[in-house]
Amino acid sequence: MDIKQKIEKANKEAVRRLTSGDPVLIDVAPAGEVIPGLEGKMITHSGPPIEWGHMCGAQQGAIIGMVIYEGWAESPKEARAKLEKGEFQLEPNHHHHAVGPMAGTISPSAPVWVVENRAFGNRAFCRQVEGRQQFGEYSQDALESLRLWRDVWAPTLQETLQKMGGLELNPIIIQALQMGDELHNRHSASSSLFANKMAVAISEADIPKERALPTLKYLAGHNLLFLGLAMACGKAITDPAGDVEYSTVVTAMTRNGTDFGIRVSGLGDEWFTAPAPVVDGLFLPGYSDDDAGLDMGDSAIAETVGWGAFTIGGAPGILTLVGGTPEDALEYTREMRKITTSTHPIYRMPAFGFAGTSVGIDIRKVVQTNISPIIDTAIAHKDPGYPIIGAGLVRAPIECFKQALIAFGQKYNT
Amino acid sequence: MAAGFVIRKNQYYDSVFLMGVNKRLSQTKGVLQTAVLMASEKNKQLLADIGIQGDQIVTAKPNDLIVAVIGETSQVVDSVLQGIDQALLALEEKGPASHLQTLEDGLVEKPNANLAVLTIPGEYVFREASKALEAGLNLFIFSSNVPIEEERKLKELAADKNLLVMGPDCGTSILGGVGIGFANVVNRGLFGAIGPSGTGLQEFTSQIHNAGYGISHAIGTGSRDLSDEIGGITTIQALDTLEADPQTKVVSIIAKPPGGKTLERLLARLKICSKPIVGCFLGARMDSFEGGDALTWAPTIDDAVLAAIQHVGEKPTVARIELTKQERELAAKSRADWAPGQRFLRGLFAGGTFCYQSQQILGEAGIVVHSNTPLNPQTKLTNPDRSSEHTMIDMGDEFYTQGRPHPMIDGTMRRLRILSESRDPSVAVLLLDFILGYNASMDPVGDVLDAIMEAKQTMRQQTGELMIVASICGTKEDPQELDLQVKLLREAGVIVFQSNAKATLFCCELFKPA
Amino acid sequence: MPDKIEELLREPLVVINLGLKGFAASLEKQEVEVIQVDWIPPAGGDEEMIDLLDKLL
Repeated sequence: MDIKQKIEKANKEAVRRLTSGDPVLIDVAPAGEVIPGLEGKMITHSGPPIEWGHMCGAQQGAIIGMVIYEGWAESPKEARAKLEKGEFQLEPNHHHHAVGPMAGTISPSAPVWVVENRAFGNRAFCRQVEGRQQFGEYSQDALESLRLWRDVWAPTLQETLQKMGGLELNPIIIQALQMGDELHNRHSASSSLFANKMAVAISEADIPKERALPTLKYLAGHNLLFLGLAMACGKAITDPAGDVEYSTVVTAMTRNGTDFGIRVSGLGDEWFTAPAPVVDGLFLPGYSDDDAGLDMGDSAIAETVGWGAFTIGGAPGILTLVGGTPEDALEYTREMRKITTSTHPIYRMPAFGFAGTSVGIDIRKVVQTNISPIIDTAIAHKDPGYPIIGAGLVRAPIECFKQALIAFGQKYNT
Repeated sequence: MAAGFVIRKNQYYDSVFLMGVNKRLSQTKGVLQTAVLMASEKNKQLLADIGIQGDQIVTAKPNDLIVAVIGETSQVVDSVLQGIDQALLALEEKGPASHLQTLEDGLVEKPNANLAVLTIPGEYVFREASKALEAGLNLFIFSSNVPIEEERKLKELAADKNLLVMGPDCGTSILGGVGIGFANVVNRGLFGAIGPSGTGLQEFTSQIHNAGYGISHAIGTGSRDLSDEIGGITTIQALDTLEADPQTKVVSIIAKPPGGKTLERLLARLKICSKPIVGCFLGARMDSFEGGDALTWAPTIDDAVLAAIQHVGEKPTVARIELTKQERELAAKSRADWAPGQRFLRGLFAGGTFCYQSQQILGEAGIVVHSNTPLNPQTKLTNPDRSSEHTMIDMGDEFYTQGRPHPMIDGTMRRLRILSESRDPSVAVLLLDFILGYNASMDPVGDVLDAIMEAKQTMRQQTGELMIVASICGTKEDPQELDLQVKLLREAGVIVFQSNAKATLFCCELFKPA
Repeated sequence: MPDKIEELLREPLVVINLGLKGFAASLEKQEVEVIQVDWIPPAGGDEEMIDLLDKLL
């Protein structure tokens, strides 16, 4: 077999793994108890590896928030001082089978969604999704929802899930994709399908009303609730595809607001990074592109498995958030076929005659066509201390893919 | 009768989608009944009602897909169930085609394609062309600036695969009546043609058509095919093909003289050709070369047309093209109008082959001609922009087309040159060509007509009459309206011929040594 | 025998046109099945990448 045939075969295998994922929500538990290697005073974050000093404002703000939330410091000033001294260990989520939206911060006491990929037996984790701390806000007010999550909502969900014996997520995902979600920024259908399932289960689980009711309200009122689950699913689906020799399929795309990084199946855990790009987006009142930080978050795991902007043509509702026209959206989705290996057998888009979503980004095709994966994403402020300020579309920097291709050539084309 | 079912766990489908799948499955030959549904309790009951039962159905959950088939035989049932994944995938998108940017995109859209046409920058041709050949496509490569070793590799690869590479630098082909690139609209018929030059093939095919005959296939080979570096690979493939083609009765080759080794190879091949061959190698006298009984040499394209027609034996014709008595009288009369200083002919050509053929005919008449693309290197112009005595300029040469449109598409450069020649009082005659057909300018005469009028005016004011002689290569069926183009020229006082050779012969008559 | 070439002359043309749209348009006028590709240089013209892609894709 020549190298091209080996690559084709390897990519087939990588895509087989990517498309046979069977994610099941099995638990909501404190990160320190379930995430391997997350121990002591460690905070994990989104994106490829980065040191405190190079982090963008929003990620620094979010980490300050986590330090205060964990009680490792009383004030932002103290937190910052300790961080500058390197008192806490900072590591990427991706190094712990975990993901997190925007700044993506996870600390030991913060409960995370635990999703098991039943097809392969691996587990992945994602933090809670909210609109303030993960964007870099660290006021007591902004940390309130983290505490409620820790003290009320997450334990209720955990207890319920234990009684349910877990919840299969593919049925929700498949249905939501057919109801106009793209599972990155639009989760109206999936969140509500999930809330329906859990509402019945919570009722059946004999949870005391003082916990059941606020949790039900939380579930019913959170439009992006499912994002955390979708991201955990994405990570659980991509991890088994992370080490197929000779495969040029992308297994992670992520950003920390400073760098954009990708991983490639045949190149294992190595990161290929380039400066994080500017997001082309719409802004909430009071903010403009002058305030915007660069692209950030692990949520591009959605695009890595073929959701998000890859299926935006089937989710025109998202355009009110990220901008553009329905025609553009259809075109983005079609365009992504040119850089992917296959279409998904069960994740389908009615707008495309129930065609499968495009899956298995091939670095060779990205470089050849000069078409970068497109991602729809939220926008954080460039400085610490702000909530979400907008959302939009962004292209992965082509440099990451070129570097990966060079490394691939060096590794395999001897 | 047989029945069977399969269950796909955790696969949610919209019921409308499933009805579509059900309909298609039920149309399979030998299938009596099908059910494609999600395993809700209600649906399980439906299945039981039609006699489909099993433990797996009992335990199936509402998110599981069940496909059940009742068929005439168990083979039918098995084959339908085995193909279920395919059936679920088959409802693919049929929306408008997306923006295609790569050959691979094109192959996805047209998996049955048999020809790729390339007009991309020369440096990228090898890569795309190799892929096209690997995908089993023949090639028409208009692009120039392809390194000659790449051309050779492509043609060798193609020959291995029994594919044809027309080009690089191929302007024209007509395959089965379809004109590719710069091609005139001509009837189908008995005459095959092969040639490296687009305008050479255009002139030949148009004249065949205008003489009331038709073309079987005209195969462009690319400008360098007959060089010794390439060795005529495409020419010989084309010859093999036209020899085998039942429609083709005569094969004509219109080209410049091949490289020495290639000529030997070609002559050897021509000797064993079972069909009559007409060889027209412009710029060289070939009569002394032995090419076998089937071969007739023709000095000009017009002669090639005559020889080819003679081969089918339908009409007695003159042995060689010549001017009519009236045309000779016109020449003599026109000469009398020249002012004493007007002595020279200036040819400004859009077609490189026309520039070449004109030089040959003038040279044979004893008229020394200078050119930017000379037959004889000694008569090369030092500056293509500056004419010297009798001059023939190929305005399609790189010197004029680098970064500018070709004169067959855009008349700007030729218009300027016509005007500059009109300011030279030693000029007596301009010789022009106009080329019609697909992809050429939609109004080639109109593009330069104002310059022609102005040039005549300028010359008249300072010296005397400026004679303009032109040839038009084209047919009445061409998109440009041949008759209108001729009429525009005649109204402007231009003497118009239907071939470059005749227009040149007319110029010979004008300038022949007294 | 050059069967693929004979096929080209015998069967209807099905053309993939890379580059000048006019060439595709003139084929369409002749009722030929043709698909236009608005070709762009691979890898944005990056030669190192093109070389690598030649080996790997």
